[in-house]
Amino acid sequence: MRALLLAAGSGPPRQAASVQPTRMAQAVTVAGWWLLSLGLFAGMWEVAWAFGWADPLLLPPPHVFLRNFADQAQFFVSSDVVGEESSAGALRSLAMTVVASSLRVVAGLLLGFVCSVTLGLLIRYFKLLGNLTLPTITLLAPISPIAWLPVAIFIFGIGNPPAIFMVFISLFFVMTLSTISQIDSVSRTYLNVGAIMGASRRQLFLHVIIPAILPSLFMVLRMNLFGAWMVVLVAEATGVGSGLGQIVMLARNTFNSSLSFFTMTLIGVTGFLFDIALRQIQRRVLFWVPPSAVGRL
Amino acid sequence: MNPPLVICSDVGKAWQTADTPVVALEGINLGIARREFVVFLGPSGCGKSTLLYLIAGLEQATSGTIESGGARVTGPGTDRGLIFQESSLFPWMTVGENVTFGLKLQGVAALERRQVAAGLLRKVGLGDVAHKRPDQLSGGMRQRAAMARALALRPEVLLLDEPFAALDVQTRSKMQQFLVEVWRDSGASMLFVTHHIDEAVALADRVVVFTARPGRIKSVVPIDLPRPRDPRSPAFHALSDHLTDLLRDEVDRAFAEQERVR
Repeated sequence: MRALLLAAGSGPPRQAASVQPTRMAQAVTVAGWWLLSLGLFAGMWEVAWAFGWADPLLLPPPHVFLRNFADQAQFFVSSDVVGEESSAGALRSLAMTVVASSLRVVAGLLLGFVCSVTLGLLIRYFKLLGNLTLPTITLLAPISPIAWLPVAIFIFGIGNPPAIFMVFISLFFVMTLSTISQIDSVSRTYLNVGAIMGASRRQLFLHVIIPAILPSLFMVLRMNLFGAWMVVLVAEATGVGSGLGQIVMLARNTFNSSLSFFTMTLIGVTGFLFDIALRQIQRRVLFWVPPSAVGRL
Repeated sequence: MNPPLVICSDVGKAWQTADTPVVALEGINLGIARREFVVFLGPSGCGKSTLLYLIAGLEQATSGTIESGGARVTGPGTDRGLIFQESSLFPWMTVGENVTFGLKLQGVAALERRQVAAGLLRKVGLGDVAHKRPDQLSGGMRQRAAMARALALRPEVLLLDEPFAALDVQTRSKMQQFLVEVWRDSGASMLFVTHHIDEAVALADRVVVFTARPGRIKSVVPIDLPRPRDPRSPAFHALSDHLTDLLRDEVDRAFAEQERVR
């Protein structure tokens, strides 16, 4: 992350070198609390196991489900078929599975973000379009993405498209409505400045409204990231044939609790890394938003 | 004698609230000459800012007409610049980009814009800040950048809506001196809204005193003190006392009305 930050250093000059030690110290402190928090959680689990309170068959402690890495990884298949034993290296097939799920999330989020923001802008730009579409969108928005799953399979069958569609749909309506409400709450002063400077309606949208609403839209995107992960797992578990969701389903069907917890760990770490990545993108693209509003770890 | 640059003829503004119509302005007749510095003075809520927005073309009068440079005002135009009370620079642009935003909209090339920005920023006493972000400037510097942005379009009249209200006293008096320089230099007319009596006396050729709501012109007081003006001189005090007397009843009435509304 640090390397990315330095490599892409297009923003303003960061803190001077003299402040570095305190930032280092801060990072160490944060890392310390992380270790302590995780250690406490895992430790309690291990203690429960050691005293025999947690049945190792149902709730295997971390050292058990993380121990035999290759044993777990055999279930992660580098091809798109689950059920056969993996022939490729353990690490490679594991990575392939995580990447497959991640790409679905990324594709769905990207499509959803671009389409919904565009639609939101068009709705506010062309009043007629708004009148025609808004009632329907408002009605469709509260439908749980899970309810769209059969529709996704009806339309797209099996494979990547239904999973991507699910992520897309989980974001689309929320984001469209959010774009509209953000446009409506753009500061009066900014709009007045645009008008005074002689901006046409098109210029007002392009140069004032879009940059003004982007920061909050990015926040909405980040909030929906975890939702997207939730939805992609459900889609994979039912109709895709590969990915982390399929492994979860496999663990359930074969009563493999170790595999289940192992996959959960993977999902947690991947989701967390996604959030960090989004935050970094946010910091690059929305350089004018103060870091406190972006959120720290 | 040239005709006035800005002419308000019998201007009124009213709006409908949930239960009653509110009359903000009524029967405003006023002419502002070229290169004249006019201050609108009145209690809060008297409609002086509303009149400024009507002249800017951001709102429409409900009666009467406003002319600027011989043409009827129906909307905003680049002949009238406006400087807002709060910081109005776009946070997603550098200071330089903010200053030349109007030129960008007109399709002026980037290189020329950069040169113009540098020149304008120097003119308002800001040195090498074109590449900085607005939040890296102090409040006074931000208002000066906003001034540079308004001047970039070479307006004939600059409308200022309590531009120094958020600044501390020391910065405020510096900014006043500085505004007078900009005014002389640019050759534009100034229309300045404030509720500070001393600020009005320090700046104006003429002070237009407003009544409490509905806003009418109570009195127009010429300030014929030579510049630079010394706020401790007896003549300054005499004028300031005179305006205070004019305003006292209006402030009391405005206060009473606010209490009643609450």
